[in-house]
Amino acid sequence: MRVRVDGEVCEAEEGQTVAGVLLAAGRNSWRSTRRGGRPRGVFCGIGVCFDCLVVVNGVPDVRACQRRVEPDDEIRTQHGAELPS
Amino acid sequence: MSRTVVSSIVVIGAGPAGLAATRAAADTGADVTLIDAAPKLGGQYHRQDARTGDERFALPAGVQHLRESVVWAIEPIDGGHRAHVRTGPADSPDRTGTSIDAAALVLATGAYDRALPFPGWDLPGVFTAGAAQALAKGQGVAVGSRVLVAGTGPFLLPVASSLVGVGAEVVAILEANAAVRGWLSNPFGALAGAGKAGELAAYAATLVRHRIPYRARRAVIEAHGADRVEAVTTARLDADWSPLPGSEKTMEVDAVAVGFGFTPQLELAVSARCELRDGFVVVDAAQATSVPGVFAAGELTGIGGATLSAAEGAVAGAAAARHVGAEVRPPLQAMRRIRSGRRFAAALGEAYPVRPGWRTWLRDDTLVCRCEEVDYAALRGARNDRDATGSRSLKLVSRAGLGLCQGRVCGANVAELSGIDDPAAFAGRPMAVPLRLCELAGADPEATPEIEPGVKV
Repeated sequence: MRVRVDGEVCEAEEGQTVAGVLLAAGRNSWRSTRRGGRPRGVFCGIGVCFDCLVVVNGVPDVRACQRRVEPDDEIRTQHGAELPS
Repeated sequence: MSRTVVSSIVVIGAGPAGLAATRAAADTGADVTLIDAAPKLGGQYHRQDARTGDERFALPAGVQHLRESVVWAIEPIDGGHRAHVRTGPADSPDRTGTSIDAAALVLATGAYDRALPFPGWDLPGVFTAGAAQALAKGQGVAVGSRVLVAGTGPFLLPVASSLVGVGAEVVAILEANAAVRGWLSNPFGALAGAGKAGELAAYAATLVRHRIPYRARRAVIEAHGADRVEAVTTARLDADWSPLPGSEKTMEVDAVAVGFGFTPQLELAVSARCELRDGFVVVDAAQATSVPGVFAAGELTGIGGATLSAAEGAVAGAAAARHVGAEVRPPLQAMRRIRSGRRFAAALGEAYPVRPGWRTWLRDDTLVCRCEEVDYAALRGARNDRDATGSRSLKLVSRAGLGLCQGRVCGANVAELSGIDDPAAFAGRPMAVPLRLCELAGADPEATPEIEPGVKV
């Protein structure tokens, strides 16, 4: 399947999580913190820490390590606290 | 708005404890609903590759398995408890809601890695050991190409092995505790008592084959990099885990996997008002908690690994079935395995504790709470200058533990740094998992899975 990551087409396979796709593509951060604007990616990997938040199909605050990709998902970096578009 | 769904027994968590509880309860003829967040069974320990269609575990006929489902609250009702569930893709506003009324609950929610803070631990490229393991086993991806594995306890070995399996170079394993003596005289002996000799021999062979050094009494005390980990400083530790001056070394790595034991996933036990002791759920010989009709099994009751968890699950499942009126033979074999498993777990806990010198790794600007970006100086200030001494006042004054993870990552560390003698002081969370406002407001009609009520004995 294909998904888009920050506008760029990316190959993905069924069963991969968003974090699995992003890490396999060589990314290790995809969020900036609300206060310091610091980069974050996966930390706990099992849905506990909420560090790996990402925007999926316009919905922010999705844990990349928990969400499985679907064909044509639009995935993008989350900047601080965002509201759903 | 929601139709009442009835299931005699609800098991929450499909790891070793929850699977065993489900089987034991279903074997008596009781009707069982198994709820788990993952698409596949197994939990963290038996994590399956999510990219294949295979399912390694079979459930007894008649068990209702709610996959990709999270319990966000438990409330008492007449004759039992009501579990509020959301089912669907993680964190999606389109999940469906269900309320399940159960005469007996088995909590088997497991545990997650404890991570200790150090300067730079918030850089991308620092992962928990469990993250490295989950991504390797579940997604076939390595968290880095040159990875350092550090922390304490035998879990570091399978993590290193999994990393090698997905093509990473593991530059070393650092065990912060000393190499222990007697029957725990080597890193691989530590699990031999739990019948894991074969598994550990395999890890040992992997380490030797890939020339991975195993260093005792050493830890990562700083990670360096601008926007990602580029290098780490490691140091030799004294018996209290204070770094020995002059022992520092720098290693170039692109990832670090750290794990300092495990923290139980307590929120549902807390919201059910189960009694806790030393940060774990108190259970009797039948795995019953202090709340009638609520049973607990696995790492919730103490960290002891998969074998003990499965034995506790078998007993909890049988006890839950008896509670709902099924005829049950006492699970004597599982009870014996629990007794020996707990002795082993106690020895393990003594061999691989977290020692207080980790606090000396912190600097003023080291983040303690990653979510709210609260550093060590701010936490100290809340306690010393503004007299915030309890967990609630500390949270409100410093904001530590108030963020998205609700203190799951920082809670035990904040408690220890602030002199709060209760590792579960930050474990109370009215919402067991975050929900979106539209979900809470019930913007979607609640759906109901088909579950036959009653006990089928």
